[in-house]
Amino acid sequence: MRMVRGRSGRAAGIGLLTLVYLLVIAGAVVSMVPFLWTALSSGKTVQELYRYPPTFLPEQPQFLANYREVFTVAPFGQWLVNTVVVTVLSLIGTVLSASIVAYGFARFRFPGRDLFFFVTLATLMLPVEVTLIPTYLLFKSFGWIDTYFPLIVPSWFGGGAFNIFLMRQFMLTIPQDLDEAARIDGASSWRIFWRVILPLCKPAIATMATLGFIANWNNFLGPLIFLNTESKYTVAVGLRYFQSAVAQGSAVVSRPQDHLLMAAALMVALPCLILFFVAQKYFVEGIVTTGIKG
Amino acid sequence: MSTLETTLSTVRRSGRHSSMRRQEALEGVLYVSPWIIGFVVFVAGPLLASLYFSFTKYNVLRPPQFIGLQNFTTALTKDELFLPSIVRSFYYALLLVPLAMAGSLIVALLLNQKLVLKTVWRTMYFLPTLTPLVAAALLWRWMLNPDVGLVNYLLAQIGIKGPGWLSSIEWAVPALVLMGLWASVGGSRMIIFLAGLQDVPRELLESAEIDGASSWSKFWHVTLPLITPTVFFNLVLGIIFALRTFETAFIATNGGPARATWFISLHIYQNAFVSFDMGYASALSWIFFVILAVLTLVQFKLSGRWVFYSGAR
Repeated sequence: MRMVRGRSGRAAGIGLLTLVYLLVIAGAVVSMVPFLWTALSSGKTVQELYRYPPTFLPEQPQFLANYREVFTVAPFGQWLVNTVVVTVLSLIGTVLSASIVAYGFARFRFPGRDLFFFVTLATLMLPVEVTLIPTYLLFKSFGWIDTYFPLIVPSWFGGGAFNIFLMRQFMLTIPQDLDEAARIDGASSWRIFWRVILPLCKPAIATMATLGFIANWNNFLGPLIFLNTESKYTVAVGLRYFQSAVAQGSAVVSRPQDHLLMAAALMVALPCLILFFVAQKYFVEGIVTTGIKG
Repeated sequence: MSTLETTLSTVRRSGRHSSMRRQEALEGVLYVSPWIIGFVVFVAGPLLASLYFSFTKYNVLRPPQFIGLQNFTTALTKDELFLPSIVRSFYYALLLVPLAMAGSLIVALLLNQKLVLKTVWRTMYFLPTLTPLVAAALLWRWMLNPDVGLVNYLLAQIGIKGPGWLSSIEWAVPALVLMGLWASVGGSRMIIFLAGLQDVPRELLESAEIDGASSWSKFWHVTLPLITPTVFFNLVLGIIFALRTFETAFIATNGGPARATWFISLHIYQNAFVSFDMGYASALSWIFFVILAVLTLVQFKLSGRWVFYSGAR
């Protein structure tokens, strides 16, 4: 049976592999070029950015000057701090509450459990627009507009349907014998959760934390709607400050600042990049286990 | 384990003791309670509230006034921007979704091969998703500049005069599609495809190979049918997200030029947070929600014809 493939099969195999590599590299280049462009442009002067034909490398590199100017022209340092605070507090809330809620779904039987879980999943398809206005009004009635509470508090109440789903599916793969053993030793359900289940959920938690970090760090609509004072902005909203031409009547800019935009954008993207590269292997594993794909 | 312990654990496991069942139920609800609160306060409550608001005139400063179906009739008959915005969003989605799905699938297929430096490639492909959409939108705005932008420069090198992109009425939406593709093709959709591909049993592929099937044939007849659940999942969410697009349009064009990219999301945002016409905006968002729900339902109904679940049912 194996004789069917023979030599022509092998040549075709190598040809195909070469094609695959070519395509992979081509695609990677397309993905990366805007980044490289941003990185290189962050060291140019404004005039050079608008030069045609465009230059590749900066003629008089002023990386340091540009990056420093980002911090002086706008409260960028403050924005970074704000973003870190909001992101970290949201993440802690998400990881804790999603795990606890998932534990309830995964390990306990109560009336209406499966229906409620199904409804939870259904909310994933709900567009945020339908709930945005009343949510805004609700926070307004609490006096929370222009504070960080609207951005942080919801994470502490379940962490979102996606994360509950992720954790619950993962917990279902942990054998109940471990629970049993602990229970026979007299452990309460909380102890079982904290000592047995949670430590075994590390891949799912890593996935949740990484995706959550990126989502919070880059969140635009939330800070846009809930924050009014410039000094409270997160970096996502603050980036628009460096825009040279029109848009949403944001801060008045007297001259084009695209070179600073490049520098700022790169700095904003960097933490997520590093995090992803480091946490990568948990990703695919995390999604495979949840069975989302099918 | 002694016989006593075995018996005790059997009794516990069967849970026939009704007070134990009650305790289990209570504990379960207790653990789930943060989400119960979250669901009621941040999902169900607002959902019902916005439904109520959609029947009122409400500008925040004064209490809501009940006006019946007026918001809906205005939206469907008098608002000149609303219906076109729906058409535009669908146009955008129609361009984006097939390309995005094909693109993500192709990338997933490529990265599913035995390659060296897999983590490096994966990071490179995932990079665009890691950047804040704001940054990507601003960057692309600059790269698509008709006069000094990189894209038109590269096109000129191969003899094509690049179009006006974000400044031209015909090319604004395609420009946004381009941005949307770059920002999402290598992203989580691709990773989900990857996971789905890795689920295809090797034995099936190998036996197809032994029968002399070409690579294309293997893909079309073995892989593709088996990943239809993944395709379905990505399709449903992909369409929803495409129709909901807000950030790129808001940042790169703010709905222009001449409303060429005025999507539903921008219209709702404008009415809610610029004009503070909360009642009307709520009505708009509910119409949008119904459209999405119907679309999703239709997809679920049709899925029986083309999605193949390999698990026994």
